[in-house]
Amino acid sequence: MCRPTYYTIAYEINPWMSLKRQADHARALVQWNQLYRLLTRQLRVRVQILPPHPGVPDLVFTANAGLVSGRTVIRSNFRHPERQQEEPIIERYFKRAGFRVVRLSSRYDFEGEGDALWLGETLLFGFRFRSDEPAHEELARILKARVLPVELADRRFYHLDTCFCPLGASSALWFPSAFDRYGRKVIENLVADPISVSEADAKRFACNAIAVPASATSMGGTGGRAVVMQAGSSTRLRRQLARRGFRLYPVDLSEFLKAGGSAKCLVLRLS
Amino acid sequence: MPSEIVQVSGHIIDSLILPKVLDEIMDLNGTFEILDIAIGKRKTDTSNARLRIEAASQTHLDQILKRLARLGAAPLCAKDVRLVRATKEGVFPPAFYSTTNLPTEIRFRGRWRRVRGIEMDCGIAVNPSTGAAACTPVASIRKGDWVVCGSEGVKVTPLERARTAEVFQFMGSAVSSEKPKAQLIQRLAGEMRAIRRAGKKILVVAGPAVVHTGSGPYLERLIKGGFVQVLFAGNGLATHDIESALYGTSLGVRLDRGVAAKDGHDHHMRAINTIRHLGGIRHAVRRGVLKRGIMHACVTRRVPFVLAGSIRDDGPLPDVITDTLRAQEAMRRHVEGLGMALMIASTLHAIATGNILPATVKAVCVDINPSVVTKLSDRGTFQGIGVVSDTESFLRELCLALHL
Repeated sequence: MCRPTYYTIAYEINPWMSLKRQADHARALVQWNQLYRLLTRQLRVRVQILPPHPGVPDLVFTANAGLVSGRTVIRSNFRHPERQQEEPIIERYFKRAGFRVVRLSSRYDFEGEGDALWLGETLLFGFRFRSDEPAHEELARILKARVLPVELADRRFYHLDTCFCPLGASSALWFPSAFDRYGRKVIENLVADPISVSEADAKRFACNAIAVPASATSMGGTGGRAVVMQAGSSTRLRRQLARRGFRLYPVDLSEFLKAGGSAKCLVLRLS
Repeated sequence: MPSEIVQVSGHIIDSLILPKVLDEIMDLNGTFEILDIAIGKRKTDTSNARLRIEAASQTHLDQILKRLARLGAAPLCAKDVRLVRATKEGVFPPAFYSTTNLPTEIRFRGRWRRVRGIEMDCGIAVNPSTGAAACTPVASIRKGDWVVCGSEGVKVTPLERARTAEVFQFMGSAVSSEKPKAQLIQRLAGEMRAIRRAGKKILVVAGPAVVHTGSGPYLERLIKGGFVQVLFAGNGLATHDIESALYGTSLGVRLDRGVAAKDGHDHHMRAINTIRHLGGIRHAVRRGVLKRGIMHACVTRRVPFVLAGSIRDDGPLPDVITDTLRAQEAMRRHVEGLGMALMIASTLHAIATGNILPATVKAVCVDINPSVVTKLSDRGTFQGIGVVSDTESFLRELCLALHL
């Protein structure tokens, strides 16, 4: 994770960002600390901190830094010049942390875990708004895995992690209208038990949730799998998750929603 | 129709990217042909497919390609041709692209442009200000011309195989003397009529054997019947045709009786001398000296002819072009608009013609010697059919089939 010391709305690169609707810096800091505490204290997740950097406000959204596999990180090629400035900072951090840094061909954009999510052995790869379809082939070669590209169809859900959230190997949260009919079919074939969310929940970034597997937490007696999600989700969604044995941890991240991100965007899975 | 070859690769089957690409092409009213496809055997293996996409216009094609680029289907050849300046008169740069006789396009400043006047074994000269590309023989290259080098950005379109059975497919196999001629000639006649109806030209390349075998009158009938729009020949055909018109002999042999005429050996020299005296074949016709024969028919029917000389020529006639490069140029001027080339009993001129014909022109080679017919196909004029036959019987049958 990366502390939002320099977080602000400095530019508009997605439909959620508006220079006229500034983030409240103090509140953002409080909200981020809440998430951090929830993950580290309640859920006992080990979190590494990427030092914040002035001039790159979106560095706080570490999910877009790259894709980690073992001790290798596939560094992102950001689409927008505003975020391309994050690339050297990310690269330096991972190298110092002892990771092998792999860069994709600079011809194609790739925004890390924002557009690439594992579902069991398969990597689902969202393309169009931030990542380029041909990058999937390179990912497949590096990861030696099946990588399925799906086209995103709704500009508001510009990253795969804004409309799709794997919950273990057989279930996932998703907002079907964010995909075209081919993508919907691919996900329906891939996910045994998809949970579709309503548009209201999707706009609240319900799909931008962090699923913490039971093994990663050391909570006793809670039954295991935890889902950290923006607060305010519908009763229907909460009930659907509860029925499947997920424990919901709502957290208010409204200040980050102003930049088009929520819980998942603020973390990058390292192992 | 403008076309482009694109490649789609990766996990394109499970992700439905390939079906999506195909649907997109159809939704945008394009057509496609899957050239090849390799599907991964395991889940982690990638697949790839090459598609040829066609659209009604270049803008339409660009629109499809733009959409497909987003799906990762990239044109295989997205690079422009490499142009290098010729540093010497009549010399290509060392890495020049050597042409085939198939329809060729080059990519220049991001656009495909058709190469004009395509023929085999030449180079492609490009005018950088207009982007016009012309097939240019080595001798015609000027110092400072921009010449295409390497094969990058060059697209050669193979000829489409005919969907329905037609004569050029029917006889497309190896040359053989053991083929039914009558049926073949019937279909050839049908093809000639179709070419004329389509407003295209028929070229006849003829050797002196046409006159020697006494089939001159049949060729004359073809010319008068409007089935010959251009004639390529050498000094020999014209000389013996004029000899037969003036003296009734060909190389001293009486064509009506097949016996040698007394003092006939000098008839052809007298014929040459007469025409040289009159200043050319056209003058001889105008002065009423030349009253019949192939050349007479050409002049009266306004069928252009190119007589190209060679080292063993007697005379030659004043109409014969003795500079081979100039003769090639003169022949090239008649290639545009050709639909068929009929090459009869000629080795040298048939091969010379074969060299300058684009593959889209159908070529028919008739010779009694199978090796001539084979030679032409071996040299790359693969769009042709070969007929191993005696010239006289071939032309007689052809005139019959055309009701001449």
